[in-house]
Amino acid sequence: MKHLIDIKDLSVEEIEELIKVAKDIISNKEKYSHKCDGKKLATLFFEPSTRTRLSFEAAMMELGGNVLGFSEASSSSVSKGESVADTIRIVGAYSDIIAMRHPKEGAPLVASMKSVVPIINAGDGGHNHPTQTLTDLLTIQCEKNKLDNLTIGLCGDLKFGRTVHSLITAMARYKNIKFILISPKELVIPEYIKKDIIEKNNIEYCETTDIKEYMDQLDVLYMTRVQKERFFNEDDYIRLKDYYILNKEKLKSAKEDLCIMHPLPRVNEIATDVDEDKRACYFKQAEYGKYIRMALILKLLEVK
Amino acid sequence: MNIDSIKNGIVIDHIQAKRGMEIYELLKLKDLDCSVAIITNAKSKKMGRKDIIKIDKDIEINMDMIGFIEPNATINIVKNDKLVDKYKVKLPEKIVNIARCQNPRCITSVEKDLDQIFTLTDKKNQIYRCKYCEMSLK
Repeated sequence: MKHLIDIKDLSVEEIEELIKVAKDIISNKEKYSHKCDGKKLATLFFEPSTRTRLSFEAAMMELGGNVLGFSEASSSSVSKGESVADTIRIVGAYSDIIAMRHPKEGAPLVASMKSVVPIINAGDGGHNHPTQTLTDLLTIQCEKNKLDNLTIGLCGDLKFGRTVHSLITAMARYKNIKFILISPKELVIPEYIKKDIIEKNNIEYCETTDIKEYMDQLDVLYMTRVQKERFFNEDDYIRLKDYYILNKEKLKSAKEDLCIMHPLPRVNEIATDVDEDKRACYFKQAEYGKYIRMALILKLLEVK
Repeated sequence: MNIDSIKNGIVIDHIQAKRGMEIYELLKLKDLDCSVAIITNAKSKKMGRKDIIKIDKDIEINMDMIGFIEPNATINIVKNDKLVDKYKVKLPEKIVNIARCQNPRCITSVEKDLDQIFTLTDKKNQIYRCKYCEMSLK
């Protein structure tokens, strides 16, 4: 039995297979609409995340399956002090597969060690969120028709942004990738990501504080939110927050086929005037998330 | 200074000077019913000064713990007054319940019954990471 706890649990070949199935689902939705008849997905959200939970639930429903679960810890036995292991043992008796979000890092791994059904990590604190990374990979594959030979700009909070770290980890396995790391100096990429992943894999990269500096080179621009609570003083936040807002003016030098992504929710880091630009892919990205989760559920349930 | 040699037992040699007591405590050697000698600040050609622990009994000791704390230590096995085996400890690939994860966001910070497991991810720099949250051990 296989679980998905960390994107590194999947080989490049397995990711390719998931993307292939997801693309087939997009083209042949009817073919998949009864693949999970009679199966149940439990969504255990120990902290709220409406977007991810609904994406999982919609994925299972489109496969013909049913869903059960809870959307916050206060409505579960955790509020009575039950351990993750005990919760998983119980829920495993009621469901065929579990998607789990938990505020504590490593909780889904603990669950996978005790579970009799496959566990999908739907986010554990600031640690891993592998289905977001799969979503990002499917988006890039669908929009650029490749996962290699790409210059990828990552912009905003590169220090704490787990989606950025996971995407770098995943993309580092493909050929001829170049990263442009765009952030204020307070939020630069952690040293261990730079040394253990980017430099270790001999990947070309540039660091800049200027979002416009390399705009003309980018094939993909991955935006993230610069959050107020990450700054030590409010003056720095106020000074920098608007600097990383993507708008039409900053896109002037960008390629015609640039793919603009964002894990969402956005606050103000992409101006709404960009939404109508054909290069804006972030709403499509959310939809791709459902398809890749459908492919993942099929894989973990071993449904052909 | 003379310390009696041991007949059957273990000598942990090449411990960094003044760390002998720490190893004595961690290995819970005070619970043994045999003689245990801790020699601190002994002269050493290789190390300048070193500590040595002599245990006058053939016991099972936690090599992972010694390897984690003192990766340069050597273990001497003595049987019938003779040195029968001598080897360097190794940096263990995994340590279990030897150190605690300091990450307040780690699941081990709230579920106390979980084993504290760390794996060696960078041998050169001796970096261990928590199995659950991947935070490096300081």
